[in-house]
Amino acid sequence: MNDNDIVLRVEDIHKSFGGTEVLRGVSFDVHCGETKVFIGPSGTGKSTLLRCINQLTPPDRGQVWLDGEEVTNSGARINYFRQKIGMVFQNFFLFDHLTALKNVELALLKVKGMGKAEAHEKALTELRQVGLEEWADHYPAELSGGQAQRVSIARALAMDPDVILFDEPTSALDPELTREVLEVMKKLARNGMTMLVVTHEMGFACSVANEVLFMENGVVAEQGSPDLLLHDPQFTRMKDFIGRIDSRMDD
Amino acid sequence: MDQTAFFFEILFPALMQGLIVTLQLIACSAPFGLALGVAIAVGRQYGHPVISWLCKTYVFFIKGTPLLLLLFILYFGLPSIGITFTAFVASVLGFILCNSAYNAEYIRGGLISIKEGQMVAAQALGMTRWQAIRSVVLPQALRRAIPGLSNEFIYLIKYSSLAYMLTVIELAGAGKQVATKYFLYTESFAAVAVVYLVLVSITTVAVNILEKRVVVPGTVRANPSAQL
Amino acid sequence: MDVLPILIDWLPYLLSGVSSTLGLVFAALGLGVLLGLPMALGQVYGARPIRWAVGIYVWFFRGLPILILLFLFWFGIFPAIGLGHLSAFVVGAVVLGLRGAAYQSQIFRGAIQSVSEGQMIAARSLGMSRFTAIRSVILPQAVRIALPGWSNEYPNILTDSAVCYAIGVVELLTITARIVTQTHITIPIYLAAAGIFIVLNYGGLKLLHRLEAKIEIPGFGSGAM
Repeated sequence: MNDNDIVLRVEDIHKSFGGTEVLRGVSFDVHCGETKVFIGPSGTGKSTLLRCINQLTPPDRGQVWLDGEEVTNSGARINYFRQKIGMVFQNFFLFDHLTALKNVELALLKVKGMGKAEAHEKALTELRQVGLEEWADHYPAELSGGQAQRVSIARALAMDPDVILFDEPTSALDPELTREVLEVMKKLARNGMTMLVVTHEMGFACSVANEVLFMENGVVAEQGSPDLLLHDPQFTRMKDFIGRIDSRMDD
Repeated sequence: MDQTAFFFEILFPALMQGLIVTLQLIACSAPFGLALGVAIAVGRQYGHPVISWLCKTYVFFIKGTPLLLLLFILYFGLPSIGITFTAFVASVLGFILCNSAYNAEYIRGGLISIKEGQMVAAQALGMTRWQAIRSVVLPQALRRAIPGLSNEFIYLIKYSSLAYMLTVIELAGAGKQVATKYFLYTESFAAVAVVYLVLVSITTVAVNILEKRVVVPGTVRANPSAQL
Repeated sequence: MDVLPILIDWLPYLLSGVSSTLGLVFAALGLGVLLGLPMALGQVYGARPIRWAVGIYVWFFRGLPILILLFLFWFGIFPAIGLGHLSAFVVGAVVLGLRGAAYQSQIFRGAIQSVSEGQMIAARSLGMSRFTAIRSVILPQAVRIALPGWSNEYPNILTDSAVCYAIGVVELLTITARIVTQTHITIPIYLAAAGIFIVLNYGGLKLLHRLEAKIEIPGFGSGAM
C-alpha cells in the first residue's frame, strides 16, 4: 500500500463531553478497500470517533480528510462529504414511516437529486445486494432486526460512498440475526468496500479486518493485523481485554 | 377624561366587581361539577346497564352540544315549560352540566386504569363492591385523573365568561359595559384579558403544585395529553 | 299549537346555518395548521427569541376565554389597526384560527419531539441538510403522530364556533336564536339545533378517524401518543 490510495485520514482527534475527555488524540489512515475494526471496552470513544469522522459530533480538535479534502470545518459542504461517508447504526434508525425501498430511495431523491425511475432501480439493486428485494414494500416495523439492519446497509450503499462507518451494527441483534448481517458485511469487504467497523465480534475481526485498532481510554492502544495483536507476545492489552470478556461470559 | 383616571376610577373597580361574580360562578359550579362527574363516571363504569347507558348518553349529548346553546336552553328555553331560573343560577347549572361531563371522562379513564387486582383484593378483605369502589378504586382513579380535572377547572374559569351571554355581569360583562359606555374597547377588553391571564396563570401554577402534592410515591403521573 | 309543521317549515333556514358554522370551523382548522405547524417547528428548532415568542403567543391565546378574544379583536384590535371593515364572519374565523393555532402548535410540538432522535441523525448521516431532514423525515412522521390529537381539536372548535354568536356572526346558533324570536317556540328549536351540532360533531370525528386509518402505517400512528 502506498500513500496514494489513502481514502480517509484522521489526525489527532480530541473530544470531550462536559469534563470528560472521551477521545485524546486519535490518528490513522484508511486505504482504499481496507477494513479496519475498532475494538475496546465500552466508553472508550469508539462510537464517538465514528461520529467525529462524519461530523455528527464535531471534534474539539484535529482533522479528518476525505480524498485529500478537509471534512472538518467544511461548513455547509459537510452534507457533500456525508454522502461519501456512509453510516450504519446500532439501532438501524430506519425511517419508520417509509417502506424498505423508500428508505433507500429517499436520500437518492432528496440529496443526490436523482430522477424517480433511476432512484427506484438503484434502490432495488441495493436491496438485492443485501438479499431483501422481496421485502422492498415492507415497513420497518414489519422487519426483523437483522433485516432492518441490512436495509440500513443498503441505504448507506445506495449513496455510493467512499467509505462506510459501522457503529456496533450487530449489538442490538440476537446471534442468529447477527450472522446474517455479518455475512452481508463480509461480502462487502470482499468486494472491496472500504469499511470502518466498531464491533465486539472477534470472529468477524479475525476473518475480515486488514487491521484491528484496540482503543482504551480515548487513544489507540494497540494497532496491527488481527493475527499480530492476538499472537505476538509483544502485544498484551487486547488479549487481556478479550480474556476479561471471555471469563465474564464463563461466569 | 384622562387615561389614568379612567383606569383607576372606572375600569378597575368595575372589573373587580365583575371578578367577584366570576369567582362566585366558579365556586358554585366546580364542586358540583366534580361530584356529578364522579357519579357519572362510576355509574358508567360500574352501574346497572341501564344506568351505564344513561351516563354514556349524558356525556355524549353534553359534549356534542355547544355550552352556549346549553345555557340558552336552560335560561330561555325552560321557562316555556314553567321552569324559571335567574341568569346566575342558569349559568351555574350549565357550567355544572358541562364540567361534569368532561370530568366524568377523565375519571372514567382513571377507573379503567386501576388494575383488576385492587378490586379483587378489597373484596377478599370482605368489602362489598361499593365499599371497594369508594375506598380503594376511586381514590386511586381520582389521583390519576387530576391532570385532566385540573385542565377542566381551567376551562371552567374561561367558559364562565359565557354567563355574560345570559346577562350575568361577571368579568367579561363588566368589561363590555365599560367599553360600550366610554367607547374604549381595546383598553377595556385588554384589561379584562389581563385579569383572565392572571387568574388562569395563578390557577395553573396552583394545580401544578397540587398535582405534585397528591402523587403517591412510586406511582406514575398519568399523561395529561392522553385524552379519552 | 302543533310544533312539528312549524319546525319543518323552518328547517331549511336552520340548516343554512350549517354551512356558515362549518365555514368557521374549517377556516379555523386550516389557519390553525398553517400557523400552528411553523410555530411548533419554531418552538422545537428555533433560536431562543423564536421559542420565547411562540411560548408567549401560546400562553396568551390559551389563557383567554374565546368570548374575550372575540370581543378584543372585533371591537378593539381590528378596528384600531384599520381592519374595522372586516365582516364578523371573517373576524370570527380568524380569531378561532389564531386560537386554534396556539392549541394545535402544542399538539404538533409534542409530535415532533416524540420522533426519535435517531431519525434526524440517520437523515443527516446521508447528507441531508437540516431543512431536508425536517421536511422529508421528521414532519411526515410527526404529522401522523399528531393526527389523533389534532382530530380532537375539531369538536372543540366546532362547539366554540357558537360563541361567534356574540359578535353577530350568522352561524347556526344565531339562526337558531332568530327562529326562536320569530316563532316563540323555544325548546324544540333549541333541541333541533343541538341535534345538528351533535351530528356535525360526531359525524366529523368519524370522517377524521377514517382519514387516520387511511394514512396509517404499520407500527406507527394512533397508539403512539
